[in-house]
Amino acid sequence: MIEAHNLTKRYGPVTAVDDLSFTVRPGVVTGFLGPNGAGKSTTMRMILGLDRPTRGAVTVNGKAYVDLPAPLHEVGALLDAKAVHGGRSAYHHLLALAQSNGIGARRVREVLRLVGLEAVASRRTGGFSLGMGQRLGIAGALLGDPAVLMFDEPVNGLDPEGILWIRNLMRALASEGRTVLVSSHLMSEMALTAEYLIVIGRGRMIADMSVDNFVRSSSQQSVLVRSPGADTLAGRLRIAGAEVHAQPDGALVVTGLEAAAIGDAAAAAGVVVHELTPQQASLEEAFMELTKDSVDYHAAGPAGPGGHQQGPAGPGGHQQSTSVPSAQRGVA
Amino acid sequence: MSSQAVIEGPEAAPDSGPPPPPVRAARLSDVVRSEWTKLRTVRSTYFTLGVAVVLIVGLGALISFEIGSHYQNSGRLDRATFDPTNSSLASVTFGQLAIGVLGVLVITSEYASGMIRTTLQAMPRRGWLLAAKAGVFGVTALVVGEVSSFAAFFIGQPLLKSGPAPYATIGQPGVARAVFASGLYIALAGLLALGIAVLIRHTAGAITVVVALYFVLPGVANALPTSWQQPIEEYLPSGTGRAMAAVVHQPHFLTPWPAVGVLCIYVVVVMAAAAWSLQRRDA
Repeated sequence: MIEAHNLTKRYGPVTAVDDLSFTVRPGVVTGFLGPNGAGKSTTMRMILGLDRPTRGAVTVNGKAYVDLPAPLHEVGALLDAKAVHGGRSAYHHLLALAQSNGIGARRVREVLRLVGLEAVASRRTGGFSLGMGQRLGIAGALLGDPAVLMFDEPVNGLDPEGILWIRNLMRALASEGRTVLVSSHLMSEMALTAEYLIVIGRGRMIADMSVDNFVRSSSQQSVLVRSPGADTLAGRLRIAGAEVHAQPDGALVVTGLEAAAIGDAAAAAGVVVHELTPQQASLEEAFMELTKDSVDYHAAGPAGPGGHQQGPAGPGGHQQSTSVPSAQRGVA
Repeated sequence: MSSQAVIEGPEAAPDSGPPPPPVRAARLSDVVRSEWTKLRTVRSTYFTLGVAVVLIVGLGALISFEIGSHYQNSGRLDRATFDPTNSSLASVTFGQLAIGVLGVLVITSEYASGMIRTTLQAMPRRGWLLAAKAGVFGVTALVVGEVSSFAAFFIGQPLLKSGPAPYATIGQPGVARAVFASGLYIALAGLLALGIAVLIRHTAGAITVVVALYFVLPGVANALPTSWQQPIEEYLPSGTGRAMAAVVHQPHFLTPWPAVGVLCIYVVVVMAAAAWSLQRRDA
């Protein structure tokens, strides 16, 4: 469990992280998303006590990071795979880390086997490929068998096999009940691994919700309608409060009304409907739209967009009751 | 990989793997062990220490041989203040620079590679980290400093004797003290370099400051009027080193033990500033 309260970091006039409050819960993979420069790494460094917040606080398992009695047993983190002394062997690098928390050499050999670096354990890490470096970093994160894991852009630069390995690892760690926080600037990657999302842009909270809710609430729900009586139907739908855009091929894209209501309206008007398809925005589209909003917000001042974010509550089973209000808080 | 491959956390089902290892709070001794592993597993440690030994012992032998063979031609005044022990320890000035480079690298190599963030993630108690680094490096520097100082003495004296020139034996008053203090000086000067490096964080910058402190400042002091030069030279770290390794007291320099005290004050002040800086600044 990671809890941030009003976390703020300023570097001179630049505010890298601006009043972030969030909770990362155990048992799911939480994606930490934002465009490059959004403040993801800064936030992670503050969680780990590397950088001091200008304001606010963050705790891991209820304690400030520096107060953890045996940090590697509680938090495993991979921020930068290149953050190792290239002249030291993989084994000795991990051994030095392990020893600082009273962990023995047996566990070092275990994690080396776990990440598949056994064969190169005695080689100096300076000659490691990016993928091997990532595996070494993950081995370090697993040393203390921690309940909280953090990975900063773990799939960057990896080959497909390495990406698959990391994805499966994250899911496996979360399914064991661990708290897993993974940052990425790639929405498509998060769509495959994360169940829950924290999205920031320019250091500010944009969304804090499940992936399903994120897609549902952050993009306009639209319905594609094909009908021989398109003109008549369009008029009826506008009267019912929907926004209707006629497409070049004669189809209608309707927003503001659910598919069922559109069907009802068509039946009431006696109009035949050939197609009635709810359009689900992809995670990537939702992400683009939200981060665009955050840029607009900064450029245009406090008149941020608000209402359109709150889509109609869907029938989804694991909708979080707190998620939509926090999204509003983020942009309002 | 499968989920069972990950060693089980407290939440895991009891039948899914071996019991977790006992977890205890990290201790300062753990951090010391970790820093010792770090120091002994990179080549730069052996390289800098090797250079230090070669400089102190090898150059020491050469200087002793030179002084011994020229003694017959030296003047009356030089003969009156001739200090055979100090002569064979003259190379310590150069050897301590190699030790100082290691003291710098102990911390700046972590900043250069980014390793410092991995280190502080594992051990966020920065005061402990600095104490462990200083302790492990300080003891290593002391051992290497003592061994090479005594080696320089025992190799240098016969070379003086064969000069022929006066020579010292370890049993004479003040001789063992001077040789021991010379090794101590190497360790303290190294710690000073480490403290400077924590403040500066960059290898080249820190080495520049260390070189300036030991080689440029004494030269600058030399260029000043005598009334300024003497007290400055006396209290510079290099001046305390000269005083520590002397058997025959040199005018305008401290006596040995006060010199140790002055150098210790330097180390304590710089280390305190280093600890404060390490605590305050973002990694």
